[in-house]
Amino acid sequence: MSHNPGILLTLAGNFSLMSLFAMGGANAAFPEMYRLAVDVMHWMTDRQFADLYAIAQVTPGPNVIVVTLIGYHVAGLAGALVATLAMCGPTCVFAFFVGRVWDRFKEARWRLIIQAALVPISLGLLGASTLVIARVAGQSWQTVVLMLLTAAVTYRLRLNPLWIFAIAAVLGFAGAV
Amino acid sequence: MPDIPAARPTPTLPQLLAAFAMIAIFGFGGVLYWSRRMMVDERRWMTAEEFNEAYALCNFLPGPNIVNFAVVFGRQIGGTVGAFLALLGLLGPPFALVTFFGFLYAHYGDIAVLQRMFVGVAAAAAGLTISTSLKMWQPLVRERPGVPHLIALATLAGVGVMRWPIYWVLGVLMPLSIALAWWVRR
Repeated sequence: MSHNPGILLTLAGNFSLMSLFAMGGANAAFPEMYRLAVDVMHWMTDRQFADLYAIAQVTPGPNVIVVTLIGYHVAGLAGALVATLAMCGPTCVFAFFVGRVWDRFKEARWRLIIQAALVPISLGLLGASTLVIARVAGQSWQTVVLMLLTAAVTYRLRLNPLWIFAIAAVLGFAGAV
Repeated sequence: MPDIPAARPTPTLPQLLAAFAMIAIFGFGGVLYWSRRMMVDERRWMTAEEFNEAYALCNFLPGPNIVNFAVVFGRQIGGTVGAFLALLGLLGPPFALVTFFGFLYAHYGDIAVLQRMFVGVAAAAAGLTISTSLKMWQPLVRERPGVPHLIALATLAGVGVMRWPIYWVLGVLMPLSIALAWWVRR
């Protein structure tokens, strides 16, 4: 593992650039991350990328932390920190200032119109990504059953779904799904 | 679910940090479900409608949307400090955890067990996303049926079912949605 400043700069440059185009969240940026880490930079093999993705998915927290893992893989702790800050920093600063303008014009007509226009579209996009996620996760009848049960239980009941994840992990481990 | 009009509590800075840290620590299968649960159901810091509005804004900002949400909500509560604390809560614990896992992976490198667990976890996570989507559609469904429903369904159909390129779909529907929102409020 190298810790030279060059690789950190490369990480910072690539991930901050990527973050600016990652509309729709980290999931939308996965193909680009794959291309960068495996095809262009040869930081890791296809298999390693899949492994890191799986580790990030079973770790609680925002999906964007796969970037932390890629950074760690490339340049240790410094790489993890640089990649995470690059992926989140510029867009957070942007969100901060947009949030301020957005609040200042709370009662403005143009804000109410844009807001009313954005909500249904963002809900449509959420529905669309849900379809994609469900299609990818539901590869066997067992996974489909587990998925639908989880959906029904968490929609109807207020209980904390942590135990569902514990059961799902055990079922996966036992090869039952 | 009935709407309960009540004075909404405002979090203190320590509560803000703790809430986002809990969203992150519990956040298996994506943090959207856990953010909504915390903000709307448990703490009642936002109504279902307000959460949808904040989510819509953050979804259209570049970058990860719940990270944006932490910044926007944290800033409302406590300015720069609030935004920083919300971010620290959301990203700090997963950063520590995932770096530790990265360390284990670098030294042992065999995650066949994890890959098998992942199949189950991914299915449960997808289920959680389904119920979150349904819950977030509720405020829309509660309104009188009308144009917003059509816009939402057209977006869902265009991107999710027809799999047309997202920027084409948005290029058509976004101006249409803005024009219709303007027309309703003219």
